[in-house]
Amino acid sequence: MSAVMISRKVRKWEKLPGKNTFCCDGRVMMARQKGVFYLTLFLIIGTCALFFGFECPYLAVHLSAAIPVFAAVLFLFVMAMLLRTSFSDPGVLPRALPEEATFIEMEIEAANGNVPSGQRPPPRIRNIEINNQIVKLKYCYTCKIFRPPRASHCSICDNCVDRFDHHCPWVGNCVGKRNYRYFYLFTLSLSLLTIYIFTFDIVHVVMRSVEDGFLSALKETPGTYPFFFFVLVCFFTLWSVVGLTGFHTYLISLNQTTNEDIKGSWSGKNRVQNPYSHKNIFKNCCEVLCGPAYPRYGPRRCVLPQIFHVQKTTAPLIPNEHTPDDAKASIGVSAEQSCSPEDLPPSFIPPLASPETDAEASVAKDNSH
Amino acid sequence: MRPFKLWQQAAIAAKVFIQRDYTNGTVCQFQTKFPSELETRIDKQQFEETVRMLNNLYAEAEKLGSHSYIEGCLACLTAYTVFLCMETHYEKVLKKIAKYVQEQNDKVYAPRGLLLTDPIERGLRVIEVTIFEERSLTR
Repeated sequence: MSAVMISRKVRKWEKLPGKNTFCCDGRVMMARQKGVFYLTLFLIIGTCALFFGFECPYLAVHLSAAIPVFAAVLFLFVMAMLLRTSFSDPGVLPRALPEEATFIEMEIEAANGNVPSGQRPPPRIRNIEINNQIVKLKYCYTCKIFRPPRASHCSICDNCVDRFDHHCPWVGNCVGKRNYRYFYLFTLSLSLLTIYIFTFDIVHVVMRSVEDGFLSALKETPGTYPFFFFVLVCFFTLWSVVGLTGFHTYLISLNQTTNEDIKGSWSGKNRVQNPYSHKNIFKNCCEVLCGPAYPRYGPRRCVLPQIFHVQKTTAPLIPNEHTPDDAKASIGVSAEQSCSPEDLPPSFIPPLASPETDAEASVAKDNSH
Repeated sequence: MRPFKLWQQAAIAAKVFIQRDYTNGTVCQFQTKFPSELETRIDKQQFEETVRMLNNLYAEAEKLGSHSYIEGCLACLTAYTVFLCMETHYEKVLKKIAKYVQEQNDKVYAPRGLLLTDPIERGLRVIEVTIFEERSLTR
């Protein structure tokens, strides 16, 4: 008997379904459309560059050197929060593997009973009780799971996301359980930065006007045209970002998501109340902003060996009580469970010489999804 | 590692999925109801003990207390860069859970032809219990 085995290392994130792009060996996870995210970066960096380049020298000399320093700190915080929101996994729920999907289908069929032909089967909903409130869990046909409470499927990223808030094109990612606080801190710090820059733009022009008169002050301000463009950007950003921060502060105090707010899930009609709220603004804020840092579901960067094994034998074929499917399934199991590259069990390699496995030439592929 | 090797070669008879228990909200808890498919394989109390222990560990990971608040505030002040060098509390507990699942598999479940999958691999949605065909174990 001879056997040849080829294995190729495949990172688990390469095989993930869904429309995400990955960078840095699976550490960075974003949506596919990133155009608006680049625009966000350009607007923030551009505005701050102009501020530091043209206004800070004057302000540092005539007012205080602390002004550019504080602006720099705020700018770095905004960038850190933006990148953290954009690059982190929002809380994507892994799709059900075939066995789990089959198990759920069987449960649904058992619950529905016999549906007469021609009639549409009832919608796939599971009712659960949370804090004395009935919550409906909907079935996701793409991910083949009953979505946990507060999870929703993002059609842009094609993933179910836990505690789904919304898909934000400005950050190029979904906002969900894992990155909501970074998103909130991003909008909050961006509001502060915009107010700060806008205020000092005005202060700068006023101070120069006091010295030289308004019109000559405008002439003297270097790069007048881009300056006015960015003042305009600041003005409009102010209203939209400050408004957004205010809206999310309201949502956090009630422990609601944007998704629930838009759908009116807990609007109060039919005596429906938010079962997740602690009925205390402080507690709600603490839970959302100071709660534990949730982990990623399922490792992204682990190595998943893809085994191709070709087994040929010249020995008489032993009657085999196990079908090829069983052999595939057992390989599938061992591929799924061993996820850390350090501790792949030595017995991971499917038995080649065992009489139980299929003795015909077979190619067994990694079938973990 | 011998028991491990034996059930690696075994064929899968069935898989059972222990669902989440949402009665206390979205905190990670699993149902302790004993599935009928496991009746012939394992003691009900033993199984419930495993699930209860897992529930306690997840509750510890998600506990909102002074520890999590301090960690959150410190992280915020450093713009979350501290997490590049430090492990979060949740990650530490997940390691504990992984160790516990491995230990339970080695001591309790593998000798009975069962295998528990760490729930994090399934997005904390289910505890997957794989039931192997019994006759393969006797070889």
